[in-house]
Amino acid sequence: MSAAPRLFRNVRLGVKTLLLHKLRSSLTMLGVVFGVGAVISMLAVGEGASREALEQIRKLGSQNIIITSQKSLAEASAGTQRTRMSWYGLAYEDEQRILDAVESVDAVVPAKIVRAEARLGERALELRVVGTSPQWFDLVDRDMIAGRTLNENDFVNRASVAVLTEHGARRLLATRGTIGQPVRIGNAVYEVVGIVRSETGQGQGMQTPDRDVDAYIPLQVARDRFGDVYVERRAGSRSRELVELHQLIVRVRSLEEVESAAAAIERLLEIHHPKRDWRMSVPLALLRQAEATQRTFSIVLGSIAGISLLVGGIGIMNIMLASVTERTREIGVRRAIGARKKQIIGQFLIETVVLSTVGGLIGVAIGLAIPLAITAFADMPTSVAPWSVALSLGISMAVGIVFGLYPAVRAANLDPIVALRHE
Amino acid sequence: MTRAAIEPSLQAPVGTATDRTPVVRLDEVKKRYIMGDQEVWALAGVSLEIARGEFWAIMGPSGSGKSTMLNLLGCLDRPTAGQYLLEDADVGVLDDDALSDIRLRRLGFVFQNFNLIAQLTVRENIELPMSYLGMPARESAERAAELADRVGLGDRLGHRPTELSGGQQQRVAIARSLANEPAFLLADEPTGNLDSATGDSIMALLGDLHAQGKTIVMVTHEPDVAAHGTHQLHMRDGRIERLEETIT
Repeated sequence: MSAAPRLFRNVRLGVKTLLLHKLRSSLTMLGVVFGVGAVISMLAVGEGASREALEQIRKLGSQNIIITSQKSLAEASAGTQRTRMSWYGLAYEDEQRILDAVESVDAVVPAKIVRAEARLGERALELRVVGTSPQWFDLVDRDMIAGRTLNENDFVNRASVAVLTEHGARRLLATRGTIGQPVRIGNAVYEVVGIVRSETGQGQGMQTPDRDVDAYIPLQVARDRFGDVYVERRAGSRSRELVELHQLIVRVRSLEEVESAAAAIERLLEIHHPKRDWRMSVPLALLRQAEATQRTFSIVLGSIAGISLLVGGIGIMNIMLASVTERTREIGVRRAIGARKKQIIGQFLIETVVLSTVGGLIGVAIGLAIPLAITAFADMPTSVAPWSVALSLGISMAVGIVFGLYPAVRAANLDPIVALRHE
Repeated sequence: MTRAAIEPSLQAPVGTATDRTPVVRLDEVKKRYIMGDQEVWALAGVSLEIARGEFWAIMGPSGSGKSTMLNLLGCLDRPTAGQYLLEDADVGVLDDDALSDIRLRRLGFVFQNFNLIAQLTVRENIELPMSYLGMPARESAERAAELADRVGLGDRLGHRPTELSGGQQQRVAIARSLANEPAFLLADEPTGNLDSATGDSIMALLGDLHAQGKTIVMVTHEPDVAAHGTHQLHMRDGRIERLEETIT
């Protein structure tokens, strides 16, 4: 008789024996059921949260370094004086400086952010417009909804063209039909050439570069038409700022070089901007940090899982020891009619593995149901990782073997004569 | 039926005869148990030969060593001293797995309290030794049905032991003991838990098996039951008191 049908027969007999004590068997399984269920659902909640965060960071582009202009501390405190104009931030030359000085950088994209009144057909409102180079669309990877992105010709010809973001298109009530139509921004008219998808979320406290952006126009056009001075009116006060570029997005040619490139750029900028009127964020570093956090989280969950499965296993061992005592006579009979020790061990091990595996399967069902319930009722993102199901099932089977072994060996080592006399 | 009493001798094993094939040969077999700080010689030197086809009844008061003797003959235990040859096997030197194998293939056990496994059906109980042998399920199921027929329980295959009378349970136990066609059956007070009518039918069944050539060793304290055997071995204090041979 080959091994598979024999194993099947033994498993069937094991199940039958376990079914003789349905209540006891189900109570024995509970430990594993809850252990596995808790592990899968906790991991699903953790995975859901961190996946959302990681996704946000990935949207920033993991090969990118984002440098943003900001008022230095000194400027910020001086900014309250009405008459003064604050002058800070990245300069036009910085783009070339970085490109020249840091070898591993393969693209630098400038961004100049202006606010301007816009009108499309009947609709008029203030837009946030970014003047940038065509490479923006290479670095910030977004799908096109309609039309095209800005291209090299637009840049060189200083063409009056605009690409709307999904966000801006929605605000302007623009549709696919808007492509080719004029939109007035500030005092000039632009042709809408495309609509691009945008991200508005936030990841790990870092803004995606296209957050709240309504439209893109060529950088030179923005510079020519809007200049570098911004007037902001706020609660009766007026502040003037001179900012050349609001953002530089730097792409490093490989992931391995991102950190060294960031350090090099930081040194470079410190020379040219000793006031530190900029800040740098490295999505990759955030990604690493988020991943490290997730690892810690997983380790903590893993330990909890381990403990609960350990407790479940001890429960199984406890019951199996009781079962061995109760079935001493049966073991004696089996030994007397010729069962080897190994066969007795096999019999009891199969019973514990069946218990723990069935417990594990029920646990998986619970572990799959709980995240669905959490998502439905608490509106939290959850994601069941297939590996967590496989892992906890595997562990529950292993628990059956490990904690079943001792009772099984004890059963097998009973003296058949003593066992036969047992009442 | 007459009985000839043969005085036991420590030198020559009892029951020797030249024209018989010995199934069992015990040579100065001793068995010692340690109880607390006391040594107890359950067997204090026993020599005998049991030949193929004989039906021995072992008798004696409690503590005479008859149970130890049966355990030893049944390969559930090994002698402390002396030699036990079962057919060609020297039982004293075999390891646990080899003893299990002998019990599985060459021996059949019948117990006083039947010792069927409660959670298994009649068929599964009879199949048990065959499954340990690794016989395919279909074959063992067929054979279990045959054996159940042979002991008159062909219509009870799906029943649980608890649904059967004592006599029926003992029949199932006998069917189980025959599963792997052993030459040698061991019975420990097989009628001890049965009323006399049922006991008689069980003894008739064992008698049939004996008639079919099985070698049987049975422990009993009832002379009536012992009378079914070809030999009656009386034991006392771990020694053979006397051996009677039934001459038919």
